[in-house]
Amino acid sequence: MADASGLKWDRCLADTAVKTVTGLGVGMAFSFLVFKRRTWPASLGAGLGFGMAYSNCQHDRRLPHLLHGHMVKDQQ
Amino acid sequence: MLRLSVRAADAAARRQLCQRGPRIILQHSRPYTEGNTGGSAAKIVAAGLVSLGGGIGGTVLYAKWDSKFRTTVEKNVPYSDLLFGLALGPATSLDSTPTNKQLELAQPPSLMLEEAKSSKIKAKKVKKAEVPSETAATTPASNIEEASAEASHIISAMGEVPSVPAPQDTQAPKEQCEECHQLSPPETALSSEEPSEPGDVLTAPEEPLKERPAEEVTARIAQQDQADQDTLAFVSDKLEDSLASSATATLQAIAAQEAALQAILQHTQKLKEAMETEVSAEQRSSHWKDLEDAVGARSRNVEEAGAALVQARASLDSLRAVVESAKDSRVAALRPMVLAAEENLHSMTVDLDRAVDKVQSVESEAKIVSQYSELVNEAKQQFQRELSSITPEIQANWKGLSGTLSVDDLNALIAHAHRRIDQLNREMAEQRVREQVHIEAALEQQKLEDQKALEKAVSLAVEHNLERARLEQERKQVELREVMEAEMRTQLRRQAAAHTDHLRDVLKVQEQELQAEAEEVLSSKMMEQETRYRQLTQEQLDNFTLDMNAAYARLKGMEEAIDSHVIAEEEARKAHQLWLSVEALGYTLRSSTLDSLTRPLEPAAQAIRESCQDEFAVALAAALPEESLQRGVYSEESLRARFNALRSLARRVALVDESHNSLYQYFLSYLQAALLFEERQEAPPAKISSQDLDPFKILSYASYSLEQGDLELAAKLVNQLRGEARRVVQDWLVEARLTLETKQVVSLLSAYANAVGLGTTQAP
Repeated sequence: MADASGLKWDRCLADTAVKTVTGLGVGMAFSFLVFKRRTWPASLGAGLGFGMAYSNCQHDRRLPHLLHGHMVKDQQ
Repeated sequence: MLRLSVRAADAAARRQLCQRGPRIILQHSRPYTEGNTGGSAAKIVAAGLVSLGGGIGGTVLYAKWDSKFRTTVEKNVPYSDLLFGLALGPATSLDSTPTNKQLELAQPPSLMLEEAKSSKIKAKKVKKAEVPSETAATTPASNIEEASAEASHIISAMGEVPSVPAPQDTQAPKEQCEECHQLSPPETALSSEEPSEPGDVLTAPEEPLKERPAEEVTARIAQQDQADQDTLAFVSDKLEDSLASSATATLQAIAAQEAALQAILQHTQKLKEAMETEVSAEQRSSHWKDLEDAVGARSRNVEEAGAALVQARASLDSLRAVVESAKDSRVAALRPMVLAAEENLHSMTVDLDRAVDKVQSVESEAKIVSQYSELVNEAKQQFQRELSSITPEIQANWKGLSGTLSVDDLNALIAHAHRRIDQLNREMAEQRVREQVHIEAALEQQKLEDQKALEKAVSLAVEHNLERARLEQERKQVELREVMEAEMRTQLRRQAAAHTDHLRDVLKVQEQELQAEAEEVLSSKMMEQETRYRQLTQEQLDNFTLDMNAAYARLKGMEEAIDSHVIAEEEARKAHQLWLSVEALGYTLRSSTLDSLTRPLEPAAQAIRESCQDEFAVALAAALPEESLQRGVYSEESLRARFNALRSLARRVALVDESHNSLYQYFLSYLQAALLFEERQEAPPAKISSQDLDPFKILSYASYSLEQGDLELAAKLVNQLRGEARRVVQDWLVEARLTLETKQVVSLLSAYANAVGLGTTQAP
């Protein structure tokens, strides 16, 4: 059970990284495509991503009994 | 000192920052915004309501599914039945298994049989008491009991039936009464209700009904029969003899009479011939010779006839005498013979008389003819004399003299003839004159004779008629007698039949009565015997039972002593075994191999369970937590090691709890852990209040306790952690608890094993 905390941290980090980078990427894409290569969408996106990840992490920490489900392919 | 101050400052800072107090938080599902303490009461209320509603709903659903649960709840909770009634409808009644009734009814039939056999007298009441309590399941027993009940009914009823007294109309047993009804001569005293015969052949005196014994009667009858037979034979012989003799005599007589008749007729004929025909001398002499012969024959025959007649009459008389004597003998069987003999006699007499009559008539005729012939002869002789006187020369046969006679002779003859004629005329006149007188005299004589003859004939005819009538009467009598005899026989037969029927009935009744008596006696005797036998057997049984009980008690005592010894030894062995198994369990608990941190205690626990069936031990063995059995428990060392790892983690998340659980808090708590220093191990004081407990102190106390080997205290202390730190050490806590539990159980078991071991070595 103690390792669950570590696992959670791992998940958090992973989630953070993924979300931030994805947000950054999306922001960059947006800034590139729509907003005339301004920097603010990128940072916005990154911030959004990081915020989401942070929120997720917090939420996860607060409600530790929620299970993380995984999609398992139907093997018959 | 510095550390202390730093720690105090930090604590103060923390206090300032967090302002925490003791929290007892029930639920984990909190809203996302932090620090919402004001709604906890409402939440609690809401949570309580929700849980209550959930509980009630769950209870109702479960009660719907499980009726037993429903009844339990209804029993325990006061108004739940109303609720259940509202929600689910009335409860279905439980089916009470009437197994008890079945067991009650399935009494062993042997018991029933024994009861049926035990007392016949009480059988009825016993059965009556038990029959209503039974069902048709015990049909064989009921059949037996019915049969025994019937038997008992019959036996009890036998004494109650009044014995019907047989009609007292027999003074002596009459076994062979058919012989009484034989038609014996009327010496036997038969009942006078028989119609007396009109012919009154039975002139027996009207004796009162006096029964003679059968033997005497039969002897008498036999005697009678014998006598009858003898007389019959004798008389019949006599009759036959006399009949035969008289028949022969009569026949002889009749033959003789016939012969006489013939002779007389012949004689008469001859006489007539001799008279009427003009014959020559030789012929006349031959005629006269014949006549003489005839006369001789006639006389002879008549004599013979007379003698034969006499003889016949004598024999007839003897026959009559015999018949009379036979008539007097009164033997019924002779009657027809007698009758026949009489008839024969009569017929013979009649024939004889007839023959005699014929002979007499012929004789009278012959007499007349002879008289006539004599007269004629006389006349002829007279004429002859006259002729001779007139014509003396003609002496010879004058018939041949017609040629030689002269005229004188002829004139003399004619003159003679005329004279004769005149004479004859005169005689005739005289005769005519005297004719009347003569005729009258003759008539008178004839009348007299006729009268005599008539009388004689009449008398004879009367006699004959009388005789015939008498015979007729006799015959009629015999017939009538026979008829009457037949009738009497039928009547007697009827009476005999009635008598036999009556006797049969009486005998039957008597038989029944006697049978009833005998059966009663038999049953009473049997009951006596049975009661005695039962008594004896009961006595025997009782004695035997007593002996057996005594022996059994002693045996039991001995057995118990042995058993107690055995038990004691067994107990000792079990205690030993228990102790060994508990030791094994303890060892398992303590040891842990490299490859597995835990070892399942199942085998050891199994060993304990098997080794001793003691309830306490078994309960204790059952009290071992499942996890420890299956998976095993961690030893103290492993727990200790783990704790050390966990300690740093707990330190790191010390500030995080349900209300403060943002990532910022995480960061802060990390910071605190990094900056705060505490004693690695600190001895916990005797009294601890929750105010002065913070995670770091708790952890140090726990460490110290663990180092000292006091897992319990460590667990208690660790239990005081709150928040995230607690969650972090939760599993360690669980493991510690498990271990503690197991250790407790094991210690209990070992204590118990020791106690038992101690106990068994001492005298119980």
